[in-house]
Amino acid sequence: MATPVKVYGPAMSTAVSRVLACLLEKNVDFQLVPVHLAKGEHKKPDFRKIQPFGQVPAFEDEGISLFESRAICRYICEKYTDKGNKGLYGTNPVARASIDQWLEAEGQSFNPPSSVLVFQLAFAPRMKVKQDQVVIKQNEEKLSKVLGIYEKRLGETRFLAGDEFSLADLSHLPNTQYLVTTSGRGEMFTSKKNVGRWWNEISSRQSWKKVVDMQNKGA
Amino acid sequence: MGLKLYGLPMSTNTTRVMACLHEKGVDFELVPVDLFGGENRQPSFLAKNPLGRIPVLEDGDLTLFESRAITAYVAEKFKETGTDLLRLQNPKEAALVKVWLEVESHHFDPAITPIMFEHFVAPILGKTPDQAAIDASLEKLGKVFDVYESKLSCTKYLAGDFFSLADLHHHACTHYFMKTPWASFVNDRPNVKAWWEGISSRPAFMKVAEGMTFVEKK
Repeated sequence: MATPVKVYGPAMSTAVSRVLACLLEKNVDFQLVPVHLAKGEHKKPDFRKIQPFGQVPAFEDEGISLFESRAICRYICEKYTDKGNKGLYGTNPVARASIDQWLEAEGQSFNPPSSVLVFQLAFAPRMKVKQDQVVIKQNEEKLSKVLGIYEKRLGETRFLAGDEFSLADLSHLPNTQYLVTTSGRGEMFTSKKNVGRWWNEISSRQSWKKVVDMQNKGA
Repeated sequence: MGLKLYGLPMSTNTTRVMACLHEKGVDFELVPVDLFGGENRQPSFLAKNPLGRIPVLEDGDLTLFESRAITAYVAEKFKETGTDLLRLQNPKEAALVKVWLEVESHHFDPAITPIMFEHFVAPILGKTPDQAAIDASLEKLGKVFDVYESKLSCTKYLAGDFFSLADLHHHACTHYFMKTPWASFVNDRPNVKAWWEGISSRPAFMKVAEGMTFVEKK
């Protein structure tokens, strides 16, 4: 029987990999449906029916069609509460609020500069797009400030929202993976004692290793 | 001890939370934060929000920052009272609210906030508005509003035929945007215009609009 959970998009997309990491943490079976970005499949009218902004991922589960990776992750955690990592999105409203707070910090403060850097450093060269050194420098400075705040926080708690790994930490995996491994910006993370420790811990999780494996295999 | 909200009545992120509290009929105390005096950079404030921004909510022992985390917490804690903002009784509706909350966060807000900064804040700081930045943002915002125009031809509100937290999150920035020279971006799109007129006339929003006097009328 085909699994009802479908994720549309390639594993190498940061937003797609965020959803895959969450599904793997929660032990939820899924089918990854390829979307050929280089051919512009995601910009075509058929795809825009399930993702009106023409981006990946799109997601389906038992007649519910969703998009936006962080919304999909929250949905997965709430629907499959008892599966896999039960504490991923907190087991009570106060824990959840702390996770949401750091998930928002990721979305509003970490994601913008790190996404620009991932594009400029990891993807632009492959796409033969010229890198913008001014933009790179501006975003390195912004990201550096955010990591300074994280360094202090991660000296107080093991993970961002508390002493357990959560969706807030998970949400940082995709961009950081590219910055550390293929963009030569690993030092921004590893030169900070607490951030370095945190990165090693979260990127060593089995779920993330599986995602990286999928990326390396071109899934 | 009731809820304490640290912020300012003209700040869009603070009004996002206040509108939510009003929709829920929940009392709170607004504690002003002296941004111009750098209060948000003081250790006592950074202890509440290491990112040094407003708003911050205190509810007993719990301290929360990030306006969208605060509204989610308030909307869930007070789910039995006031307006149903999260649609938790219906899993499909609840999931769609989550989607459009992220759309506001990652598509709408990044497109609209540079316009407000350049048009309203830059002059106060003695800077000339960067028209190229405004134009680039308007182009992005136009594309977002095109998606909204299409969606709102199918449903009355963003997540469905029901008002939700996703619509609420759009109030504050759109309120200021309608005072810029580019209000036509809303007014020229009939579905977006009707949606905006509906949500901006809600009593909860009318209450917070009173305090949104940051904009000096020329």
